[in-house]
Amino acid sequence: MNEELLKLEDLNIDYKVKGGALSAVHNVNLSIHQGEIFAVVGESGCGKTTVAHSIMNLLAGNNARIEGRILFEGKDLRTCSQKEMEQIRGQKIGMIFQNPLDSLNPVYTTGKQVQEAIMLDHVEKGAAWEKVIRLFQDVRMPDAKERVNSYPHELSGGMRQRVMIAMMLSRNPKLLIADEPTTALDVTIEAQILEILQELKKQRNTAIMLITHNFGLVAEVADRIAVMYAGEVIETGTVYEIFENPMHPYTRLLMQALPRKTKREGRLQTIEGAVPRILEKKPECRFANRCPYATERCSREEPATIRASETHAYRCFLDKGQEV
Amino acid sequence: MAMGILLIFSVSVLVFGLLYMMPGNPVDMVVDRKVSAEKKEEIAHEMGYDRPMAEQYLDWAKGILLEQDFGTSTRYKVPVWELMKERIPRSLNLCGWALFLEILIALPIGLLCAIKKDSLFDRLTVNFTLVLTAVPAFWMAALLILVFSVWLGILPISGYKGMEYYVLPVFSLVASSIAGTIRLTKAEVLEVLNERYVTTAYAKGLSSRAVMWKHVLRNALIIVTVQVFMSIPWLISGAVVTEKIFGIPGMGNLLLNSIIVQDFPVVQGVLLIIAILTVICNLLSDLVIGILDPRIRISMDGGRGE
Repeated sequence: MNEELLKLEDLNIDYKVKGGALSAVHNVNLSIHQGEIFAVVGESGCGKTTVAHSIMNLLAGNNARIEGRILFEGKDLRTCSQKEMEQIRGQKIGMIFQNPLDSLNPVYTTGKQVQEAIMLDHVEKGAAWEKVIRLFQDVRMPDAKERVNSYPHELSGGMRQRVMIAMMLSRNPKLLIADEPTTALDVTIEAQILEILQELKKQRNTAIMLITHNFGLVAEVADRIAVMYAGEVIETGTVYEIFENPMHPYTRLLMQALPRKTKREGRLQTIEGAVPRILEKKPECRFANRCPYATERCSREEPATIRASETHAYRCFLDKGQEV
Repeated sequence: MAMGILLIFSVSVLVFGLLYMMPGNPVDMVVDRKVSAEKKEEIAHEMGYDRPMAEQYLDWAKGILLEQDFGTSTRYKVPVWELMKERIPRSLNLCGWALFLEILIALPIGLLCAIKKDSLFDRLTVNFTLVLTAVPAFWMAALLILVFSVWLGILPISGYKGMEYYVLPVFSLVASSIAGTIRLTKAEVLEVLNERYVTTAYAKGLSSRAVMWKHVLRNALIIVTVQVFMSIPWLISGAVVTEKIFGIPGMGNLLLNSIIVQDFPVVQGVLLIIAILTVICNLLSDLVIGILDPRIRISMDGGRGE
């Protein structure tokens, strides 16, 4: 296995809200290795984006309280000064966002915005501009030489996401956090963007943290998966393990909820209820109120992490291999 | 551009026509009350007020367009343009300094309030600007005179003989208009701070200083610039009330006095100048926004590329 790049240890994030603290992320432990695509999957509001932003220390001003350690190459990012963080953002860790429509500054040309990032590494202006054009070609921007002079509003959503990728790749980060990179795009563009990400991983050995709610997408590109529910990672494993042998009831229900091409009969499976807002932390399984196998114990105790294999772990009282 | 010309034409008709709807008669103001009705008619004929309105308007407009002749003041008996020519620089001086100081003070304060939102500085500023908004300009002017001229005696009460005479008027103008600019700047910066491209700018590794200057302020300035441009017509129209209180014979003072004595040609001339300025500033601000905001540039070159 490759070297460990990012490690989250007992990460807890609470948002101050009216009437208390909203527990957005609870005891999250993750590690991402060099050159792998690590997918974080979960419903809207399960804390995926919060985790991503906390790694980049971009939660400031959101009334967020963070506990735990965020280790990047062995260094705790939470103890980094503002200056040190600026050295890490973009240079070591890049990030692309869900909606490419408003992620670019409307008043500068796309090329200039990418050039700005490159010049942070003290690259001379002309050389930086040439690199911009090369990067645009790398992300397969049509008419790259002209598009560098386009303003964001002149480009389609897919093109803008390519600009974002080019911008975040420009400084060769070791880790790229992609927060729902294709959610706002249509399926053909989605496929192209995923292809670019996979190429990246192969050619530059960049690790990618892919945040998504789309299991189909995960199956295609990811190496390992973490399933999140209500701020907790409830199951982690390799793609194979999660898809072939899901252990947590939530993961199983999610698999059943995937639309299938082969079966035409019946309604699409759904999971009843919605992700709860956790305002009060107590020992419990956060999925208990929606879980078809919940027992009285589930709302009293927090389930411990059970290892199904060296790479596969889940948090549930159900025994390994127990049929449900 | 065509719209602007049409607008100026409409305003000129209004300016010309509305004065005749005022109660009173310009002839009454130049002659003694004892003058007989026949004599008054004779004077009105001499001044041209007995001709059809349309004819008077055309004459007036032709004079302005062809000879830069705004007519002759009925009160001062000198060409209106002569009157305006010597007053415009005084108003410019007064309001130019006011505008300059306002921008110089309001922009940094607004920016700081937005960055340090809810800090003590921010809350003090917000409350202080609220008070400033509530205080009428003439009251502020009177207060300044009382404190600095009467009690402390360090600044002159009124007149226009040197720079020190402008201190109080400029200060009272700034005080009455700065609150709005501070709050506008703060609101704009706050809005931009929430934009995702600001997060992107941080994510690519820019320092907070670079993000603030190159991304936040640059976008917030678009709206603030419009505001500043739209307040330029005040430069020449002058701050009517302020000029009156501090006895600065500028355009505002001229306008006010001329309305009182029904000096039609002067009122018409001053109002027309203000209207033309407003239209020009509108056009200019559109051009400047086009330079600042590429999204608007597209609609200006006829929708090309969209």
